[in-house]
Amino acid sequence: MKLLKFFFVGTFFGIILSKSQAISWYRIYEMFRFESFHMYGIIGSAIVVGIILVQIIKQTKLKNINGEEVVFTPKKRGRYRNILGGIIFGLGWALAGACPGPMYVLVGQGSIAILIVLFGAMLGAFLYHLVKKYLPH
Amino acid sequence: MEFLTQPWAWYVSGPLIALSMFLMFYFGKRLGISSNLENMCSVVGAGRLVDYFKFDWKKNNWNLAFMFGLILGGFLATNYLTPDTNIQLNPNTVEHLQELNFKEVGNTYLPSEIFSMESVLSIKGFSILLLAGLLVGFGARYAGGCTSGHAIVGLSMLELPSLIAVIGFFIGGLTMTWFILPVIFK
Repeated sequence: MKLLKFFFVGTFFGIILSKSQAISWYRIYEMFRFESFHMYGIIGSAIVVGIILVQIIKQTKLKNINGEEVVFTPKKRGRYRNILGGIIFGLGWALAGACPGPMYVLVGQGSIAILIVLFGAMLGAFLYHLVKKYLPH
Repeated sequence: MEFLTQPWAWYVSGPLIALSMFLMFYFGKRLGISSNLENMCSVVGAGRLVDYFKFDWKKNNWNLAFMFGLILGGFLATNYLTPDTNIQLNPNTVEHLQELNFKEVGNTYLPSEIFSMESVLSIKGFSILLLAGLLVGFGARYAGGCTSGHAIVGLSMLELPSLIAVIGFFIGGLTMTWFILPVIFK
């Protein structure tokens, strides 16, 4: 039962990504060509509402489902990792037309080709941890 | 029902994405999907080759549950909520893609030039799909997150590393779209 709530939020999220067409390769291409507001509207409005929700959580000291205060775990910092990793990710995002979330959603849509992309992504995550000691962070 | 089956506008989808993030915080977790790539590596035994993957993936089973939810969401949306897969693209976008020899642009979610079985079974097509995945997986873990963890959650928390990562996403994405895709598909 503990896991079921995450499964349901995932399902909800998957339906949103699908119905907003954010999982479409074409939409990502169109976004990077600056020829549509659609994707900017989705990401932008998610962030604006997100900022408000995070502030509400902080101001009201909202308790989570376990009765504890919500913790905002920060991401790892580094002079190089965010920008270099980001650029590599961006190259893949525009080529695949999908980031990790949409990849899983497209598996549910029955795409065989996306399984290769997903396998590549797993391999990429694996390779990162194999060579990370040689990389600037 | 009709408002469910037609494409959802950005001003509906964006806030619903923020709501999902909020629900995850309420359930005690920080939304981040690319971590699942590491979880899956760990599940299939990558810990035997790289020590990092020896972590106990069962501690992250909430994220794997979320991942299975995504797959079900895609299945439900396709089979019950999307009678029309047409994408209303900017005519300029369609024209550019036609110049790159893309056919039937926007008739389905995914272009057959990249995602058809024919493409999967060709060396070029297979390589493109694998390379695209490799870049996404490697880059996401190097940057410490993907669109969900950095762009949505990180920026909602006003975190500087996430802003830098998102700038990186766009440098990479614009380079691919404007300079590399034309070379690959022309």
